[in-house]
Amino acid sequence: MTKRKGEIEKSEGEGVRIGVYVCHCGVNIAGTVDVKKVVEYASRLPNVVVARDYLYVCSDAGQALIKQDIKEHKLNRVVVAACSPNLHEQTFRKCLESVGLNKYLFAMANIREHCSWVHEHQPQEATLKAIDSVKMAVARANMLEPLETIKVPVKKRCLVIGGGIAGIQAALDLASGGFEVCLVEKEPSIGGHMAQFDKTFPTMDCSMCILSPKMADVVHHPKIHLFTNSEVKRVSGYIGNFKVEIEVKPRYVISELCNGCGECAKVCPIEVPNEFDERLGPRKAIYIPFPQAVPLVYTIDIQNCIRCYKCVDACILARGVKAIDFAQDPKKVELEVGTIIVATGYDAFDPSILEEYGYGVYDNVMTGLEFERVLAPTGPTKGVVLRPSDGKVPKRIAFIQCIGSRDEKTNQYCSRVCCMYATKQALLIKERVPDAKVMIFYIDLRAFGKGYEEFYKRAQSEGIRYIRGKVTEIMENPDSKNLVLRAEDTLLGAMVEAEVDLAILSVGLVPNKTTKMLSETLSLSKGPDGFFKEAHPKLRPVETLVDGIFIAGAAQGPKDIPDSVAQACGAAQKASILMSAGEVEVEAITAKVNEELCSGCFICVSMCPFNAIVAEEKSVKVIEALCKGCGACAAACPTKAIEPMHFKDGQILAEVKACLAKD
Amino acid sequence: MMEVAEVFKKLDFNLCMQCAVCSGSCPLYMKSKLNPRKLMLEVAYLFYPLSINPPINIQQKNEVWDCTTCSACSSRCPRDAKPLDVIIGLRSYLIESGLVPRTIVDVLDSIFKYGNPWGLSRNKRSEWARDLKVKYASEKGDASTLYFVCCAASYDLRAQNLAKATVKILNSANVDFFILGNEETCCGNEIYSLGEKGLFEELVNTNLELFERYNVQEIITTSPHCFNAFKVRYGKNLDARHYTTFFVYLIDSGKLKFSRKIEKVITYHDSCFLGRHNNIYEDPRKIIESIPGVKFVEMTRSKKKSICCEGGGGRMWHEVPGARLSEMRVKDALAVGAEIIATACPFCLMTIEDSIKTMGLEDKIMVKDISELVAEAL
Repeated sequence: MTKRKGEIEKSEGEGVRIGVYVCHCGVNIAGTVDVKKVVEYASRLPNVVVARDYLYVCSDAGQALIKQDIKEHKLNRVVVAACSPNLHEQTFRKCLESVGLNKYLFAMANIREHCSWVHEHQPQEATLKAIDSVKMAVARANMLEPLETIKVPVKKRCLVIGGGIAGIQAALDLASGGFEVCLVEKEPSIGGHMAQFDKTFPTMDCSMCILSPKMADVVHHPKIHLFTNSEVKRVSGYIGNFKVEIEVKPRYVISELCNGCGECAKVCPIEVPNEFDERLGPRKAIYIPFPQAVPLVYTIDIQNCIRCYKCVDACILARGVKAIDFAQDPKKVELEVGTIIVATGYDAFDPSILEEYGYGVYDNVMTGLEFERVLAPTGPTKGVVLRPSDGKVPKRIAFIQCIGSRDEKTNQYCSRVCCMYATKQALLIKERVPDAKVMIFYIDLRAFGKGYEEFYKRAQSEGIRYIRGKVTEIMENPDSKNLVLRAEDTLLGAMVEAEVDLAILSVGLVPNKTTKMLSETLSLSKGPDGFFKEAHPKLRPVETLVDGIFIAGAAQGPKDIPDSVAQACGAAQKASILMSAGEVEVEAITAKVNEELCSGCFICVSMCPFNAIVAEEKSVKVIEALCKGCGACAAACPTKAIEPMHFKDGQILAEVKACLAKD
Repeated sequence: MMEVAEVFKKLDFNLCMQCAVCSGSCPLYMKSKLNPRKLMLEVAYLFYPLSINPPINIQQKNEVWDCTTCSACSSRCPRDAKPLDVIIGLRSYLIESGLVPRTIVDVLDSIFKYGNPWGLSRNKRSEWARDLKVKYASEKGDASTLYFVCCAASYDLRAQNLAKATVKILNSANVDFFILGNEETCCGNEIYSLGEKGLFEELVNTNLELFERYNVQEIITTSPHCFNAFKVRYGKNLDARHYTTFFVYLIDSGKLKFSRKIEKVITYHDSCFLGRHNNIYEDPRKIIESIPGVKFVEMTRSKKKSICCEGGGGRMWHEVPGARLSEMRVKDALAVGAEIIATACPFCLMTIEDSIKTMGLEDKIMVKDISELVAEAL
């Protein structure tokens, strides 16, 4: 067979010298596989200079043995037969590197997960299989070549998508670290859901009071570039070098000229339901979502605006400026960033589909988030507890837990915060309506965080009744608009039919509606629950499987404010590590093109699932930072012009031949 | 060590989180000890004998016979732990232990012997069709659509009107159908609900053999119970349709035309086996609303919140003292100003009519099956 370009050309006077190390792994391997036999067999294979067995090859002592042998016996290839490469490939690669041997001259045979652990009751066959594995690894080792990793520069700018508490915290941390941050928020103001809350559990801090200093810091920080009323439209590129396209939607108000005085809104004749108040109260067509909005710039809801231009006149009259501009168009902003943090948060579950509870049908059935706006001082009732049907003060209030959570028919997961927010809201009711009878119907009470159990105890001591049994349906008295709830008190073993003035459904958290679109834009995976998927559920909670993109806050899963903040700090730190290093090392297992053989058919370009191949005039170019070495291009190439390094045909076929050889 | 009966081993009671949605939804809670949530826990305890004398004696769980199999519990269970199946499983166990109420034993006996629950002769099953233009299986020709009548519509004098009306409707739409006549035997849905598995299997075999013999491709049923048996419980995914689904198709394709008006205020009482068991809520309503002159009103307890008439699950033959649920339905209907309560199930028809009589409200309200209404308006 003719030697193709790229095959190993052994340097003069230097043959391949392989060291084979067969691990006992305590009794994990040696308990089933006859390790000594494997070593004996390996020692007779071509080019094997040293073959040993050892109790734990990955240990310090085991590695020292390898290093010693490399020096003494001038080894230039190492084979370890042990556990899964997933576990220790990196360990052994580092071991080789530390004594100056290229880390890609290492092959690993899995004789634990693939052998001793699954053939426990067939030791003889397992030993033969281990021998085969080692034979294959040695054949592969013979064909390995040294490879160099490439370093890719990382831009010192981060894109944070989402301006809620997580996005805000991440942006502030990054900016403090000296990095440029572009914070993109789809609403006219940052603040997210936390801005809608009255008080936060368990400390009963006023939510806006602890949030707005952070919001102010964001707008004043020279390193944070804030894009509100904006959305991320397109993202391309790779870690260190993402190209982002943002669309800034028109406010029809010139930000630089508006000072938030509000004279325009005073004269606007159009009133529509205010989304910030969960549609419980009105706003004008020209509006700011809430008084502490950042930036404090008005926005025109062009769908509902009737273009009477009264606002234009009012603005000129009050301040002598023409801050309103109906000629505004969407603006496209293109950025280059090194890292991205996704902090798009959640939406509240919409209980309309649960007919049993009458939400959307009965006036006095509300969601927890709607009731939060009733409690909030900037809300539609200015914080006075009133009920929707008649604006009277309710004296009997029930909370129903697990609405849209822990339910095969809606969402299987627990939304984590509802037990606590209901307890909080119940306490706030008792503060304002001391003679109110407040009941919380629950299945389990989840008070997991710091101070949460104490908070629950406090609620009980103030006379809030916790009834263990989920409310099954709500009926309405058509005259009084009072509600009748039915449940079984499981602890008492008795049916409860409670007439209440107001029923609050403690709705769960679902992924924000932008999640689906963003997961496509960024090629991010979502879990079965619809939230963004982390790289590892235990050990890598803020990373994703796309290098350079991180997630934080409720976008990763339902969580409370402390956990969102913690994740935001974590994600900011992860991004900082990459950006402060300034460069990132990319695995050398990437595809390489032989331009002489390339016919310019571009089949590989369409095959690549990572968009890592770019068509050029007569041939193709591989963007190494995007390439994952999957080999799809190589399989499709009709002329064998493109091959993944470290997994070339010759290397794979050597293993196959070794496996099938009779001896 | 007490051996746990096989019947319990396949049930999903381990999934139960004791949330009480099942017990909280059970319509029998006011007058019976029946508590699905407790039963889930008690069956679980069978697998964990924690003291020398087991704390629960499931042989005394007679309240399981009070269940109407309305599926309010199973349809709402957030864990999909199927509490209704646990109740039926308990019934199986009690039957095997010989601990069954007398009236139920009589019913099982009768179905075994006569193919209907009332001990009436098989030879009288198709008397209702005596003077009607209808094809019997033996002379069906190419017809492959079976109209399965149901024991109630065959033998009960009041319910026979449903069968007669349906035949009239099918004929007017030129549907090529046949009936099994005296060969028809109980579908077995209530037998399954009562937990008598052996008898149910026999009925399945008998009916499948009949369907095969007469090349039945499609089955239209009077009763939602029969529909449920053939579509779901037989496990063969037979092409079975309740007559309301079929009538909607006939109306939509123009094969059924109304020439008369019914100028009445009509409400619809959802059948448990159409609604909660099989998610059919709209078809019956579509039919009623397409009858000219009808003013349709909805009761406050409708669709998923509807309450069982107390006819299913063997309850036609087992009385639970206390206010009848069907009386509640009559009151609900009167409250929204209905003149006619429309039903789609012979059991609902029979129980609600009974209640109207016992409440003395015959001159205020009446109950009619949808098939009767459609036949009137043709």
